Amino acid sequence: MGKTIVDYVWLIPLFPLVGFLLTGLVNRAMSKSVAGLIACGAVGASFIISLLIFLDETHNHLSHSVVLFDWISSGSFHASFAFLVDPLSSLFLMIITGVGFLIHVYSVGYMHDDDGFRRFFSYLNLFIFFMLLLVLGDNYLIMFVGWEGVGLCSYLLIGFWFKNPSYNDAAKKAFIMNRIGDLGFLLGILLIFATFGTIRYDEVFHQASGFGSDNKIIIGITLLLFIGAMGKSAQIPLYTWLPDAMAGPTPVSALIHAATMVTAGIYMVARSNVLYSLAPFSMEVVAGIGLFTALFAATIGIFQNDIKKVLAYSTVSQLGYMFLGLGVGAYTGAVFHLATHAFFKALLFLGSGSVIHAMGGEQDIRKMGGLKKKLPITHATFLIGTIAISGLPPLAGFFSKDEILAHAFGHNKFFWILGIVGSLMTCFYMFRLYFLTFHGKFRGTHDQEHHLHESPRTMTIPLIALAALSIVGGFIGIPDVFMKDSHWLSHFLSPVLGLSFSGLSESVEMSLMLISVLLLLVVIYLTWTAYVKKGLLPAEDGAEIPAMQKVVYNKYYVDEIYALFITKPLDWVSHQSDRIIETRLIDGIVNGVGKMVNTVSNGLRYVQTGNIGFYLFAMVLSIVLMLFVKFF
Amino acid sequence: MIMNNVINGVPLNYYILLSACIFTIGVLGVLFRRNAIIIFMCVELMLNAVNLLLVAFSRYLSDSSGQVFVFFIMAVAAAEVAVGLAILTMIYRNTKSTDIDMLDKLKW
Repeated sequence: MGKTIVDYVWLIPLFPLVGFLLTGLVNRAMSKSVAGLIACGAVGASFIISLLIFLDETHNHLSHSVVLFDWISSGSFHASFAFLVDPLSSLFLMIITGVGFLIHVYSVGYMHDDDGFRRFFSYLNLFIFFMLLLVLGDNYLIMFVGWEGVGLCSYLLIGFWFKNPSYNDAAKKAFIMNRIGDLGFLLGILLIFATFGTIRYDEVFHQASGFGSDNKIIIGITLLLFIGAMGKSAQIPLYTWLPDAMAGPTPVSALIHAATMVTAGIYMVARSNVLYSLAPFSMEVVAGIGLFTALFAATIGIFQNDIKKVLAYSTVSQLGYMFLGLGVGAYTGAVFHLATHAFFKALLFLGSGSVIHAMGGEQDIRKMGGLKKKLPITHATFLIGTIAISGLPPLAGFFSKDEILAHAFGHNKFFWILGIVGSLMTCFYMFRLYFLTFHGKFRGTHDQEHHLHESPRTMTIPLIALAALSIVGGFIGIPDVFMKDSHWLSHFLSPVLGLSFSGLSESVEMSLMLISVLLLLVVIYLTWTAYVKKGLLPAEDGAEIPAMQKVVYNKYYVDEIYALFITKPLDWVSHQSDRIIETRLIDGIVNGVGKMVNTVSNGLRYVQTGNIGFYLFAMVLSIVLMLFVKFF
Repeated sequence: MIMNNVINGVPLNYYILLSACIFTIGVLGVLFRRNAIIIFMCVELMLNAVNLLLVAFSRYLSDSSGQVFVFFIMAVAAAEVAVGLAILTMIYRNTKSTDIDMLDKLKW
């Protein structure tokens, strides 16, 4: 068998790694344009190879492991550094490198005036490298390496403007919450090894099919792995880091916290679908937490006034939908929604970045308004993104979200109802955001008004590209109700994810879609009436708002609850450790040794009397004693 | 021949006792006397007591290695006396006395 393009899959993570090293280490002489070129070029090259592999996969549907080298071999534990090329990973490669490339190009324009330009691109490339490692690995250990690596890059990029202490706090919060999840993930991997004796996907899944349904060990493994997903993909209770992560530059929010890193949890569950299908209990947990998160975050998003915070809570909510999809067995639907979400959420974030750029750094939507005339391209693409996320046909969000909701209906009608409620809330807060930002009269300062300008081409071209993807991206997954056998994505992913059927008849599915579209249109009309026709504005800071609204506006005080019940006791423990163990015990022992030497020597020095007679006597005495000891 | 008999007739114990007495007198002299020269003489006494013992044993066990060791001890004793008297002379020049109680500056 000759070498095919698949054998060169190792080039894909190699290019960003080299890009990271070049932009990161060759620091002094490199100009901004060269750094940008290297970084974008690296991701672009990876994209081209990913595209070739993807096209190959569409023909072959192969599942092929490319072994690079034997990594760990200790006792019975073997792990090789190998990449798995199959439909699922090739799809993710396209998303990561494609959207990543667009965001890199955007960043060239957005970060143009920043001193840390080179550092930014080196971190971005490093992130792409780790994310690619995550999806390409053929065993859980390589996935974990990528998992940890993207957490690190997230920390570096959130705290990019490190001179601001609150940004550093946000970065630390993200990293620590990720790590809490990672503990669960690691325990899951260890349990997998203990149960199956291997950590390679194919071997684990092959052995797992021998286990019965709802086996306690499989439930344990899947729940532990899901804890990792909770941390990485910002589900309840480990979600509070994501809104704070908006402290990072907007391209970071787009890439890491919308399109790629937060989707790692979904990739992991989709990859392990064999295990999850064997544990319906875990799937219920996944679906329940996903649904709850989707609704919870949507309610918070309704009242937020920072453009990026709305999008952040929207991301948490949409991730909840993806987990709902996974939990009800719609693996393909969840991955589909992940792909479409990557398009329109990246678009929305980049669009918001364009708005913030034009407003000279202002992020409060109460100070915006009427921007559609000054920022035409941004406005048009943002509108497309908003329609897409609301789930209106024929844009991408409709097909993916509807597939999840159809499966939810088949699983549990109550889930569907709650899902529709969440989807209506999504539509509401997104259109609220859109109307308040782009319509009405400008509410900012005079200086800001003069500063308003459309963004440069490096920023608008990625917006247009993502808008195009948001429009046509849904067509890879047209459900059977419209055209027979047209759900291309489902067929493509079936070797890995299996085929899933919602079990609904065509008429039921059509009517569900119709209901959802009608309700969405009603919501859009109501939102338009409120914010455009009547010109309602959100309350200013410090104004009187009803108690219930205050609770939601303050994010249900979850951060404060965590601070009170988790951070404070831990702080207390660490203070006690410092006071008692560190200061008294350890310092006591170390200083005590020194003091003891001092005391002893103070006592012993009186031996040196200077009196020669005494010395002679001491000599005689010691000889006598030695003889004594020797002979008796 | 008569001398031989006389010498052979003296039991070993006598030599051991004599040697021990001379050694003890030397030790007591080192401990109790204050004059440095007397102390040196007492050290010589101790060395010579040991020499006597070694020769006695060598004769009674017919092993000449004891007498060879005595030669070494004498050479060492001579060298030691040379160095010791040189030091003593310097001390006398500096402190105008040979009393060892005057040398007590190197103390805590």
